[in-house]
Amino acid sequence: MSEQAMKSYDDLAPSATDKFRQRVLPFIVMIVLLAAIPLFDPSRTMNSLIAAMGINIVFALSYNMLLGRAGLLSFGHAVYFGLGGYAVLHAMNAIGAGSSGFWAGFPVFMLPVIGFGAGALAGVVIGWPSCKRSGVPFAMISLGVAELVASAGYMFGSIFGGEMGVTSDRMVGPRLFGLSMGPVEDIYWFIAFWTFLGTLGIYAFTRTPLGKMSEATRDNPERVQFVGYNPDRVRYLVFIFAGAFAGLAGGMSAVNYEIFTPESLSLAPSGLVLLMAYIGGIRYFTGPIMGAVLLTYMQSMLSDYSEAWLLYLGLLFIAIVMYAPGGVAGIVYGLLGILRRGGTDGVLARRAKQAAGVALAFTGLVILVEIAVRWSNGYGEVFEPFGLHLGIDTPLSWFLIAGFFAAGFGVLRMAREIEEGHG
Amino acid sequence: METIVFSLLNGVIYGLLLFMLSSGLTLIFSMMGVLNFAHASFYMLGAYFAYSIMGVTNFWIALILAPVLVGLVGAAVEKWGLRNVHAHGHVAELLFTFGLAYLIDEMVKIVWGRSSVDYRVPEVLDFPLFELFGAEYPAYRVFILMVSVGMLVALWFILNRTRAGLIIRAALTHPHMVGHLGHNVPRIFMLVFGAGCALAGLAGVIGGNYLVTDPAMAVQMGPIVFVVVVVGGLGSLTGAFLAAMLLGLMQTFAVGVDASFADLFGWLGLTATSELGGITIASLAPMIPFLMLVLILMIRPRGLMGDREL
Amino acid sequence: MKLVKSAALAAAMAFAAGGASAETVKIAFIDPLSGPFGPSGTAGLHQWEHAVSEVNADGGMNGATLEMVPFDNKVSPKESLVQLQKAIDRGIRFIAQGNGSSVASAIIGAVNKHNKRNPGDEVLFMNYAAVDPAFTNDRCSFWHFRFDSHVDMKMAAATDWISEREDIKNVYVIGQDYSFGKAVAKAAVTQLAEKRPDIEIVGNELHPLGRVKDFTPYIQKIISSDADAVITGNWGADMVLLVKAAMDSGLEAPILTYYGGSLGAATAMGKAAVGQVLQVSEFVENYPTTDAQIARIEDYEKTYPEYDYYYHRAYNAVNFLDMAAEKAGSNDPVDIAFAMEGMTYDGPYGKVTMRAKDHQVLQDLFVSTFSADVERDVEDTGLGWTASDADRIAAGATAQPTTCQMDRPER
Repeated sequence: MSEQAMKSYDDLAPSATDKFRQRVLPFIVMIVLLAAIPLFDPSRTMNSLIAAMGINIVFALSYNMLLGRAGLLSFGHAVYFGLGGYAVLHAMNAIGAGSSGFWAGFPVFMLPVIGFGAGALAGVVIGWPSCKRSGVPFAMISLGVAELVASAGYMFGSIFGGEMGVTSDRMVGPRLFGLSMGPVEDIYWFIAFWTFLGTLGIYAFTRTPLGKMSEATRDNPERVQFVGYNPDRVRYLVFIFAGAFAGLAGGMSAVNYEIFTPESLSLAPSGLVLLMAYIGGIRYFTGPIMGAVLLTYMQSMLSDYSEAWLLYLGLLFIAIVMYAPGGVAGIVYGLLGILRRGGTDGVLARRAKQAAGVALAFTGLVILVEIAVRWSNGYGEVFEPFGLHLGIDTPLSWFLIAGFFAAGFGVLRMAREIEEGHG
Repeated sequence: METIVFSLLNGVIYGLLLFMLSSGLTLIFSMMGVLNFAHASFYMLGAYFAYSIMGVTNFWIALILAPVLVGLVGAAVEKWGLRNVHAHGHVAELLFTFGLAYLIDEMVKIVWGRSSVDYRVPEVLDFPLFELFGAEYPAYRVFILMVSVGMLVALWFILNRTRAGLIIRAALTHPHMVGHLGHNVPRIFMLVFGAGCALAGLAGVIGGNYLVTDPAMAVQMGPIVFVVVVVGGLGSLTGAFLAAMLLGLMQTFAVGVDASFADLFGWLGLTATSELGGITIASLAPMIPFLMLVLILMIRPRGLMGDREL
Repeated sequence: MKLVKSAALAAAMAFAAGGASAETVKIAFIDPLSGPFGPSGTAGLHQWEHAVSEVNADGGMNGATLEMVPFDNKVSPKESLVQLQKAIDRGIRFIAQGNGSSVASAIIGAVNKHNKRNPGDEVLFMNYAAVDPAFTNDRCSFWHFRFDSHVDMKMAAATDWISEREDIKNVYVIGQDYSFGKAVAKAAVTQLAEKRPDIEIVGNELHPLGRVKDFTPYIQKIISSDADAVITGNWGADMVLLVKAAMDSGLEAPILTYYGGSLGAATAMGKAAVGQVLQVSEFVENYPTTDAQIARIEDYEKTYPEYDYYYHRAYNAVNFLDMAAEKAGSNDPVDIAFAMEGMTYDGPYGKVTMRAKDHQVLQDLFVSTFSADVERDVEDTGLGWTASDADRIAAGATAQPTTCQMDRPER
């Protein structure tokens, strides 16, 4: 410790290699990854999944500008996503209709810029009253605004299209990069481009003085005031940028799905993005990315295997709130840290035991839930994993459930005893 | 005239139901600072429990037993869940209850199915009580009115005339002082949380068959309950009561009124054929609560009768 | 990265399991399977499954086994397009949907776009219940076939019934606030003005779709308007709750419905609604029919004891599909679509024609009455729907002119 204290401030700053490794390398990896995916010739299902993931990554990152960085819990972030999307759809229709004027020369590829602008505009208008408060009142205002805008959506048919929503056709206007925007392969490049740009933009924002001040406002608003900043002002500006990036994601979604309905402005999608960011880990920049990838995967793939996927999602969320506030990213980075430091076999063994315990107990839970789901459907369907016949009245089912739970909690207890022994 | 009388009756009943649902949350929120997102889920549980109990026995047993069960579930959630999250702060607690709402929703879907269940008004109460302007008035609505008023009186009595009520009222405003005086504050919290959930459960029992018992009922009621609590003001049951009645009346009156923006603002040149002019007052009903919420938070953050800011 | 890999793996597995092989032809059933309209969608699904099983028992579609693959869309147009994409990604090329004209509208748009962008990979949309007239008029599409009579056709039957009753002076129209409800209101107003100019429309109300839990204020409004008859296009929970409130408040005027047969409505109506609630539909359970049809109804109600036979049009749709495939000698959606145009089929309730001009089915309609004197009841209430020959409207009489300019692909 004393050695470190002797160092000058220059030494404490990250070295050029560190800077490159932490700030530039991840983006190079991202570019390589995005460029490599088409080489594997992904199936259509895969393409749809990737598109949804890209949209959700930008959306979740924009949400984390509020929750993780500025400490603002919002229940209405989908409003900006939706308004951005609607703006893009109307612009797309204008491109389709107009043979001259501004829209005629506007390529669909660049439409998320419109979403960005619309989201920012919505942030300017709605943020002004909301950002005077923080904490729970802010959360309540955001909830009220979300419900207000969503119900207004059903009223103003010419803007929001009522129950039917607004639809459009993306194969219009001039081409950019030779992409017709029709087939999924073209859309892949569109999504990849904007996912990268959105991620880069949000990361760049965290490096600006405003981004830094937003974290300071989260941690200690009084102190921020002492050094001469207005916390309300900082919140308001961050809010506008978060809205803008959400609008960008909405614009990507509008081009991908070519439809928006008023319900996409409401509480439910806002809740989902909250889950994504929080499960991923709001304290890490990459957390929401992990959360978005995980939840999108669960939403579109797991939902085919199990009707109870939302139950698993709720359980995952509660488990993270209670036991791992760092989220998935926290767990991943924690493990990486242990591996990198090395030598601490005890810690690794304990983590492995914990993981095994959780996995065992979770298996028991899955069996229980799956049996219950099939029983409640009443179609006479039976849960049959690995050729086992697990009915509600099969003793084996209950034996397995009890066994897995007992084993899981036993192992967890052992892990805890080791921990206490160490402590 | 007909519209006014009917809207008044329906509005009062809806308002009382809302108050029953939100009184528990007001207590919980004021005392523990927890804005329980899952509160409406307990309302839903009340309805489903009553439906199941009614299937085996009868409505009257369900009326007693279901709220008690819901209260026990609530107390368990407080003891084994919420209390552990408390250390992480209010936002973590809010998120915990948010996840809990998801969880209860899904469990209800697994146990009782994804669509509505046929939870009916008991036959003894399923008859028209009186006729008014050619329309019959169902007896069950009057029953709801009586149960709600009964609960109101009981709640008032407990809070203002018993020792337990005294401690609860003290804990509402000065939780630390109550702790210093030697009362087991965590236990009071658990009891209040359980009791609050039981009240929501009771609202579910009598509201579930009056409205619809389906897995969406929690999501629909949840935000409105928040509105009542916030508009009423922190720490004030009277405020919550006023807010609930106000909301109930405004929403039913809006449906009853046969007017559009064009009729109201015709003098500004708004015509019924324009989109804005064509919007009817009735279609505004779902927006009213949230408009109130946002306005109150901006203009009067204490709420109608609150003693401190949110 | 691991996640993406496992995602790829799972996706590949899903594709292998879900891809259309030579022996099975899959039909994606995109309808609400949960929420306020869940019962409507689930009932429809079972009816399609039953219809498909009949074709399979009879040798299948050109030897291929038909299979229904359900997708829950929660009556949301956006969710429907996500599910549609999922279905197409899995290689499914026949889409069945019915509940919600808002959904059907989105699907028609998406199917048109998909078929334009992916020649050789076309999908066909069989609409069994979304009845906004626009789909076979201005917005008609070669890829869309409608197996239900649309709003104007059914309204013609309802307004005929009203115009014969001189004592009806005031009519109240109530419906759901979206394209379908608006189409019903418009049809009622224009057709009544033509047939009975003396009738006054005393109320024309739209309420939010699937969000009203207590219809009592609406019913009290109807009662105080002195309406002699009520017309409603409501379906699903909106139908059930509307009649529930009507019975609770003692509404006495006859109620003309499109979907009085919605699951749960009979239970909510009870004895009080006998003779008061009417329904315009292509199927009436107690109308005399062939032995084969009776056997089919009984088999269905035995297979799905909790449901009543209701969506007869699902059988029409599946039969048309099977017949068109046989006629074309191919299971390709494009060939089938061409073969289906103008096709006729002798059903148990009369001749059914798929009009080539706009892909609108023409079939006999019935104005049935809710009755206590029935052979086959619904929902174990002892009550059911009945109609006589006088209540039957021939297919030709229900036909409406169309503005459709069909855009057919090159052959």
